[in-house]
Amino acid sequence: MTKHHVTTTVNGDTVEYLCDARETLLDCLRDKLNLTGAKEGCGTGDCGACSVTLDGRLVCSCLVLGVEAEGKQIETIEGMAQGETLHPLQRKFIEHAALQCGVCTPGVLVAAKALLEKNPDPTEEEARYWLAGNLCRCTGYDKIIRAVLDTAAELREAS
Amino acid sequence: MALDDRKSHFTFVGTRPNRPDGLDKVTGRARFGADVTAPGMLFGAILRSPHAHARIVRIDTSKAEAHRDVKAVVTRADFADVPFKPGLEGEFWNVLENVMAGEKALYDGHAVAAVAASSALAARDALKLIEVEYEVLPHVTDVDKAMAPDAPVIREGAADYSVPEGMHPNVVRYHESGHGDVEAGFAEADLVIEDHFVTEATHQGYIEPHACLASLGADGKGELWCCTQGHWIVQKTCAALLGIETAQLRVTASEIGGGFGGKTTVFIEPVALALSRKANRPVKIVMSRSEVLRATGPTASASMDVKIGMKKDGTITAAQGVFRLQGGAFPGAPGDMTAMCAFAPYNLTNVRQVGYDVMSNRPKQAAYRAPGAPMGAFAVESVIDELCKKLGLDPVEVRLKNAVREGTKASYGPTYDRIGLVETLEAAKAHPHYSAPLKPGQGRGVACGFWFNHGGETSVSLALSEDGSAQLMVGTPDIGGSRASMALMAAEVLGIPYENIRVTIADTATLGYNDVSHGSRVTYASGLATIKAAQHAVEKLCERAAAKWGIPVDAVKWENGCAVPSGPNAGDFDPLPLAEITADMGRTGGPISGHFEATPEGAGVSFGTHIVDAEVDPETGKTSITRYTVIQDAGKAIHPAYVEGQFQGGAAQGIGWALNEEYIYGEDGRLQNPVFLDYRIPVASDLPMIDTVIVEVPNPGHPFGVRGVGETGIVPPLAAIANAVSNAAGVRMRQLPMSPPRILAALKGNG
Repeated sequence: MTKHHVTTTVNGDTVEYLCDARETLLDCLRDKLNLTGAKEGCGTGDCGACSVTLDGRLVCSCLVLGVEAEGKQIETIEGMAQGETLHPLQRKFIEHAALQCGVCTPGVLVAAKALLEKNPDPTEEEARYWLAGNLCRCTGYDKIIRAVLDTAAELREAS
Repeated sequence: MALDDRKSHFTFVGTRPNRPDGLDKVTGRARFGADVTAPGMLFGAILRSPHAHARIVRIDTSKAEAHRDVKAVVTRADFADVPFKPGLEGEFWNVLENVMAGEKALYDGHAVAAVAASSALAARDALKLIEVEYEVLPHVTDVDKAMAPDAPVIREGAADYSVPEGMHPNVVRYHESGHGDVEAGFAEADLVIEDHFVTEATHQGYIEPHACLASLGADGKGELWCCTQGHWIVQKTCAALLGIETAQLRVTASEIGGGFGGKTTVFIEPVALALSRKANRPVKIVMSRSEVLRATGPTASASMDVKIGMKKDGTITAAQGVFRLQGGAFPGAPGDMTAMCAFAPYNLTNVRQVGYDVMSNRPKQAAYRAPGAPMGAFAVESVIDELCKKLGLDPVEVRLKNAVREGTKASYGPTYDRIGLVETLEAAKAHPHYSAPLKPGQGRGVACGFWFNHGGETSVSLALSEDGSAQLMVGTPDIGGSRASMALMAAEVLGIPYENIRVTIADTATLGYNDVSHGSRVTYASGLATIKAAQHAVEKLCERAAAKWGIPVDAVKWENGCAVPSGPNAGDFDPLPLAEITADMGRTGGPISGHFEATPEGAGVSFGTHIVDAEVDPETGKTSITRYTVIQDAGKAIHPAYVEGQFQGGAAQGIGWALNEEYIYGEDGRLQNPVFLDYRIPVASDLPMIDTVIVEVPNPGHPFGVRGVGETGIVPPLAAIANAVSNAAGVRMRQLPMSPPRILAALKGNG
């Protein structure tokens, strides 16, 4: 079967891959670019473990085809820290014990970053509804929500 | 354990340092089951039965084998040749039958064949080329129907000696226990309530689907990477199923994306190994979510009858329960556990409990956090709540009045050692939540829960480095932050900073046998072994100091990370820090390590009490949880943040089980909701903050007093929420989940 050549930008780097028309962006990130931070928890857009941003918009990469990434800007968990410096959300997640097994964490962090960029001062309810597309089975969300709200407060103080 | 061996003042234990795997997990660097590749790797895929019960008449794999991208196809025939261990029997046979069907497909999703191909897409395509001829058989998926005289027989001869004569062949194990005279007890009661309760099967719902990368050569030597709660059981089971020697298969546990009991056995791993052996190349298999839901190990569903008698003052005079659990097409449903845990929080003169393990055409159940206990607690705690209501008694006071204490004979037989149920109930009574006013439409529920906790086979090894840092190798996969708690316990004994200890989950080739991370055993058993291994290293450190100072070893003690003379008579020497001893260790006797291998027996049972407020919308039947408080005895919380995390996670899973989650089977015996959209687990907007109170009643069986905390937290929620919802709705809810249609029907039935 003929494959499609895709040129796209991931975390600021220009990358190329060949993909089958049936392969998802998640498949391409993980299997072709070796960026395994995004996880496949369901493959149906229900769990959010594969969350990335596509031209700044939060998406489930399992619901985007690999060929659709042509010419787009993609941000993944691997691009969240700036060198040695963690994004405040990443640091707060560790400090608040907001992860247990950690498999949902990359998706939750990408989604939470998108939330804070849109709404720097979310209420608890707003944070809960924004993150309702990111399933976590370990934590009961309590420490996740606390970490997100605490990060938001810190970022507001800093700005 | 001698009292003087116990520790109650701590430097590191009880603090909340950052977890050692935190950075990898927030940056996407952590490697989970599906995150690895190997040179020359193939992708495996599994063909599954679309029928709940069918004889496999014929499988034709020739077209798939002819596909240019396919490198191997396996069916059950590829598992038949077991030269080292012929005649698989017992649980190994059950597991083999489950991972690859033999003569019959026993449930919707049962594996019947598998392929390995050069791409994941090619493997999926090739499955469509395999032709299977089925003779469809009558099926049964409901526990009560599976016990009925006319039920189709899943498998003749599966029942063990415990099953009384005359029962249907689908009843495969029977448990009965108790003491006293329940009939006499009921006669003494002022009020007796008997009721029937039903719970549906749920899934652990770990976000990471099962995944593995397997390599097995014709020489019988293999490598396996997989997400598992216990890689030694994977090693032992796969070796048996593939007919190779156990020690020739090296299994490495990946980071694990949740397990909750569901990753304590094998599903895809033996299949990947068989494909690899046939193709002579590494094979990776990753399950889809629908495969996880259809064909891994959900919980049992349950049908239960509970009868309890109470005096006007709240004293329980007798209790009796019959618990029927359906565990899929193989023996193993924890009817015995349900029975033994159901009345365990109460001091009962007269108690009798019966448990049934019943087979049906569903996937083989697996453990799910305190397996069996939540269902029984739901039934028992609901009846107690109803008795309290009818007799006008406070539900916490009644539980306190009947609560088990140290020295009480448990409903399941033994006499309790030091336990903390009363302390959790006192904490509940004193908690502001319990006295907070409720709004109209809201109801409050409380419930208690019990779990045994477990010890299990455990090996730990600790090695000191020349610079005074320590590497600790444990064999229990870290499912909730245990590397942090192990490092804290080792730091406590060695007296060196937490950050100077690197904890690794060792593979099967580098450490002795370890039981699975289950039974809430890790912080208890691997923790105990870590303490003992560190103490073993400290003995050697003291020996080196004694030799240096030229004094007897018993004149040296270990204090704050240094060897010091044990008293003024021992000599006048400056404290000798660990790093100074290790710096010289090559010249003073060689490397310094500590080991511990044992099966510790003092796990210490655990109790919890939950308080929950629920609000029911009478228009839609939707329930909202408005406030939730978990109170549980942890013995000693090593890393309190992760103890809280266990409490909160257990409560959240319990909320899902109580309100939403259920396996829905159609008339055709097929699972109707095998995706997360339809099998809906709680999302962030469904839940409130979950408050926690850590009670610490030290476990006499652990040097630092630890009790396992992982499982007890899911025992009370089903009952506590059912009590809250029943109080809010004004009608007793006897079936889970309390989904909006069920609540609306109950409200309607109540007029």
